[in-house]
Amino acid sequence: MSEILAKYGFLIVPIIKVLILVFVVLTLDAYLTWLERKVIAHIQARWGPHRVGPHGLLQPLADGIKFILKEDPMPTGVDKKAYFFAPFLTLMLALTSLSVIPFGPDITIFGYTTNFGIADVNISLLVLFAITALGVYGIALAGWGSNNKYSLLGGLRSSAQMISYELALTLSVVGVLLIAGDFSLKHIVEKQIGDFGLLSWNIVGLTKGGGGFTQIIGCVCFFIAAIAETNRVPFDLPEAESELVAGFHTEYASMKFAMFFIGEYTSMIAVSSLFTILFFGGWLSPFPASWTITHYLPSVIFIPLGLWVFYDGIRYETIFGRLILPGLGAVFTVLGFALFLFSPVNEVIQGPFWFFAKVGAVLFFYIWMRGTLPRFRYDQLMDFGWKFLLPVSIANVVLTSAVIMWRMK
Amino acid sequence: MISGVLVIFFLLAGLALLGAVSLIWQSHPIHSALSLILVMVSLAGLYLLMGAEFVAAVQIIVYGGAVMVLFIFVIMLLNAGVEERTNISKMATFGGVPLAMALGLIIAAAIARSSGQMPAPAASGAMSSTRELSKLLFSEFVYPFELTSFLILVAILGAIVLAQREN
Repeated sequence: MSEILAKYGFLIVPIIKVLILVFVVLTLDAYLTWLERKVIAHIQARWGPHRVGPHGLLQPLADGIKFILKEDPMPTGVDKKAYFFAPFLTLMLALTSLSVIPFGPDITIFGYTTNFGIADVNISLLVLFAITALGVYGIALAGWGSNNKYSLLGGLRSSAQMISYELALTLSVVGVLLIAGDFSLKHIVEKQIGDFGLLSWNIVGLTKGGGGFTQIIGCVCFFIAAIAETNRVPFDLPEAESELVAGFHTEYASMKFAMFFIGEYTSMIAVSSLFTILFFGGWLSPFPASWTITHYLPSVIFIPLGLWVFYDGIRYETIFGRLILPGLGAVFTVLGFALFLFSPVNEVIQGPFWFFAKVGAVLFFYIWMRGTLPRFRYDQLMDFGWKFLLPVSIANVVLTSAVIMWRMK
Repeated sequence: MISGVLVIFFLLAGLALLGAVSLIWQSHPIHSALSLILVMVSLAGLYLLMGAEFVAAVQIIVYGGAVMVLFIFVIMLLNAGVEERTNISKMATFGGVPLAMALGLIIAAAIARSSGQMPAPAASGAMSSTRELSKLLFSEFVYPFELTSFLILVAILGAIVLAQREN
């Protein structure tokens, strides 16, 4: 086994990793839509999806079947090349952006050490920005190619918005780059290892050697610009349904619409991952490394969660729910106990556990904002981007470099 | 002997050439702009092949991203239609064709005279090459670098003056 891995590992391992990642991310996308509908429903004092499966848990599956089976009409007068290419481009770039993100520290399986992500590139941050820079074409082409004035307006709005906020997005990261001195996302996370746990993360900046400086300004700028880059509320002007029908994807139906949809949610996951890595220590635990007892935290969370889902599930209204939910609860409980008993597995799971916990928190924040905030007006959007966000992120660059210069003296 | 690098090189070079030809061939401005993006991205791949990771990434971010988005934005905003083809002017026939042939000859001569060896890729990692690049920019080439930023500043000021409402 290990001999085969040593010989052909460079080829086999990435293929396996790609397959796993695509499966995990697409499932995550599907359940992100479920979570979003549930959370927004509860914010607005509704129930949200609850008909298909217990607690509406099979709703994403039903949506998927609907997307595949729906008719896919093509409006007359479309520019065929742009119209067909745009959804593919959007989905392709969104999925590609996940390839350079490290989800945890290096792992060793059967004596083969590999990075916890698809590619460990030493310019991974630049690669991500390059992909983001190309991401606008998917929306712009969809808007232009559809031969629809609302689509065209949506596409135009998105191009202008993404150009404007890309500047702030890139500049807000420069502070982190100055501290880390490296473009590799893995090294940026490793720079945030310190004696104080979460105080060593870039948002607070008490790193080991004292080389850090709080990046809270950069953090806020990055988050706002990232929401604008992913076209989410309150920056969802490209698809403002009250003004533009559905914006750039008005003329898309069926699977092509689904591709835009999956692309949007995938880029949400990618941006949340990047946010976590840059400012919240990536896969690092929020507790100091000497507190080894916190390594049992996944078990402490999974076991009660599983037991609660089990207890709640056996009293569910439908028979199907009474079968599925306790099963799900049992899986969680067994997982928690397994992690408790097999400490090597528990050690491997620490990094991804914290990473996905943080990414989940950021994604919840995204959804929370959609449930709470109204949309920007177009001139407010441009004013905010150019007259506030850009100067503030430049000020952050100047401030961080001044502090670093002063320390060097 | 065909190595993987050579295969990728010809693939990217072919794509770049295809994009360049298609840029002229396409009759719609948006399609031409898209072909130009293909050229830019293939060029970035070629830079990557030569070990210039930073330049490759910047090529995509600046040319593939910012500059071309602006092109597309303007074309979409003007809603430019399909171009009109006219008969080739006499200027193009009598001036352009010989000039193009002369240029081809010059390039062919330059290729024939070269040793046929690509410069060796930088052995060091991307960050060190990025670091060297920035050191050069801020030491040896600091005046051209700063002058360029001055030029951009003037351009920004010009844009603001042009965009200002009259009062």
